[in-house]
Amino acid sequence: MSRKDRMSGNEAVAYAIRQVNPDVMPAFPITPSTEIPQMVSTYIANGEMDTEFIPVESEHSSMSATVGAEAAGARSMTATSSCGLAFMWEELLVAASNRLPLVLALVNRTLSGPININCDHSDSMGARDTGWIQIYAENNQEAYDNFIQAFPIAEDPRVHLPVMVCQDGFITSHAVENILLEEDADVREFVGEYHPEEFLLNPGKPVAVGPYAVSDYSMEAKFNQEQAMIRSKEVILEIAEKFRSRFNRGFGLFEEYRTEDADYILLIMGSAAGTSKQAADELREAGIKAGVLKLRVFRPFPAEEIANALKGCKAVAIMDRCESYNGHGGPLASEVMAALYTSKVYIPAISYIYGLAGRDFTVETAKDIYKELSDVADKGKQIKQHTYVGLRTREER
Amino acid sequence: MAGYNLKELMSKPERLSPGHRMCAGCGATIGIRAVLRALHEGDMAVIGNATGCLEVSSFMYPYTAWEDSYIHNAFENAGATLSGVETAYRALQKRGRLPESAKFKFITFGGDGGTYDIGFQSLSGAMERGHDMVYVCYDNGAYMNTGIQRSSATPQFADTTTTPVGKVSNGKVQTRKDLSAIIAEHHVPYVAQTTFTKDFRDIHTKSEKAIYTEGAAFLNMLAPCPRGWRYETSEIMKICQLAIDTCYWPMFEVDHGNWRLTYEPKKKLPIEDFLREQGRFAHLFKPGNEELIAAFQEEVDRRWEDLLYRCNR
Repeated sequence: MSRKDRMSGNEAVAYAIRQVNPDVMPAFPITPSTEIPQMVSTYIANGEMDTEFIPVESEHSSMSATVGAEAAGARSMTATSSCGLAFMWEELLVAASNRLPLVLALVNRTLSGPININCDHSDSMGARDTGWIQIYAENNQEAYDNFIQAFPIAEDPRVHLPVMVCQDGFITSHAVENILLEEDADVREFVGEYHPEEFLLNPGKPVAVGPYAVSDYSMEAKFNQEQAMIRSKEVILEIAEKFRSRFNRGFGLFEEYRTEDADYILLIMGSAAGTSKQAADELREAGIKAGVLKLRVFRPFPAEEIANALKGCKAVAIMDRCESYNGHGGPLASEVMAALYTSKVYIPAISYIYGLAGRDFTVETAKDIYKELSDVADKGKQIKQHTYVGLRTREER
Repeated sequence: MAGYNLKELMSKPERLSPGHRMCAGCGATIGIRAVLRALHEGDMAVIGNATGCLEVSSFMYPYTAWEDSYIHNAFENAGATLSGVETAYRALQKRGRLPESAKFKFITFGGDGGTYDIGFQSLSGAMERGHDMVYVCYDNGAYMNTGIQRSSATPQFADTTTTPVGKVSNGKVQTRKDLSAIIAEHHVPYVAQTTFTKDFRDIHTKSEKAIYTEGAAFLNMLAPCPRGWRYETSEIMKICQLAIDTCYWPMFEVDHGNWRLTYEPKKKLPIEDFLREQGRFAHLFKPGNEELIAAFQEEVDRRWEDLLYRCNR
């Protein structure tokens, strides 16, 4: 039976960690994810879970120790944000290339500089090509649900890749909202036990992890890793379906909100999807066919599925909470536009940058974007690609 | 140690098998085999390894020279990686996921670059947290894998590729970091400095103590590199003996806070005897450089006196 409660995103993830009760969790404090290891430590201190917690001396070591523990045969995870993820970068690649199914609870925060503790997606977007599966949450409920699905996805023999479960710093991590929690036993049954095939602590069956490989072998290793990422899509969908039939909620690769007959679609990830849905609802009341495509799974990137979902609309705004510093658009926009092109879906698509370093994204801003889409699609208005929204005006500066 | 028998020990099955690609006469390989011989038969081990000569030469896909489970992660994190492995062992034991009979020991190897420098934080963290593991540094006094660049373990005046001797340079400017003392100041149960002696008793005894003392242990092993130090490969035992007889590399242990000299030369030899054997110090013997050798001697003496004081002598 589901139980109604109220908690923040960090509380929800910590609650899920307690339920999963992983074998090992190394972690290092960093705002805004600090609460997760704090709460886990408290659960352990009160005997409510018995995960071995390692209070490491840095994020680099937290991911290094997670890699060691997972390779040793223990279900392992860590949590971090921002610079912590950046500091782990080398280890993210090691975890994925060693095909270690560990889990990272990421609370998205911008990267320096200027140093700032608020939300954007530059941390996880910076790690988008490290070989990790990335799943994003709109709210505390999804952060909880996604976390529970992470281990079964990662550990599936078809996948064997690490999973990053992302939620928006402060907006989701610290805001208290209603939530449905599942029984411990149901969560544990859903996640299952971990029985790795090969591991360091397998008595009588030693294994060597982390080889040097010459050019004759390295390329195949990378190809196989990509194949696993491709296969992970069907596994993510299977697990999502299993979750839905068990707990009666959730999405697959993305959520389509009022997109079926939509003329204008806003494609967005994370908490701002809620704001966009509100804008779409208000515009619908005024007779404007607005819809939202909320991307849940960024890695593997559902290119064909997105193109297919967008092909009926007149124009799409691709919303990046991250700058790519490439001079022509955010990372999500680059990938979506490539997906549209390869699927021969030639609709106007505009790259917008919003909400950097915690800048508010409002319903009004979302409505302005829909208006702009209609100007482009219906009136042939030329607008600048790679447009910033929510910037201070010159006067305000 | 009672009943120490080198011949018997040498007949134990090798845990680092032949066929790896380390250089002929490499000190690291000799030392690592000596450390592994201290593992009791029947005890399993997980071996960790920082990136370096040892790793790229002993585990080249699809071959491994290691008889035990082995993990290489990266250059700077051997301490943290083995922390994770050792913690996993405790977690799996606690949860009944390993057979009672499965007894594992945890030993990680790193060169001085991966230990004194880039891996220093990770090592310090692992030692402070007190994981039941041994970190063994094979100290050959430079980044040998990348081609003999100076590290903080490189002795003063050594000619390396980033402290080259030139018209206006006498090699490395700084003296070396005393890592063994730094780790001892972490107040871990066991720290020792060792190298190769004729009967290998010292390294064996200290390795066994380090492996079988509960908690974190650190073993610093002087491991000459014939390529980097530029001496004849066959001279390795002589070089090691001179390192300890000149007190350049004092042999000591810190057992639960108790500092103890494990070897005291009958006659302390002048540092020239150690330096003269190695091409990396050849420039010190040019006329006019006498004061450099005097400075080197002064530093060795000062550190030796300091160690004697710590050992209550």
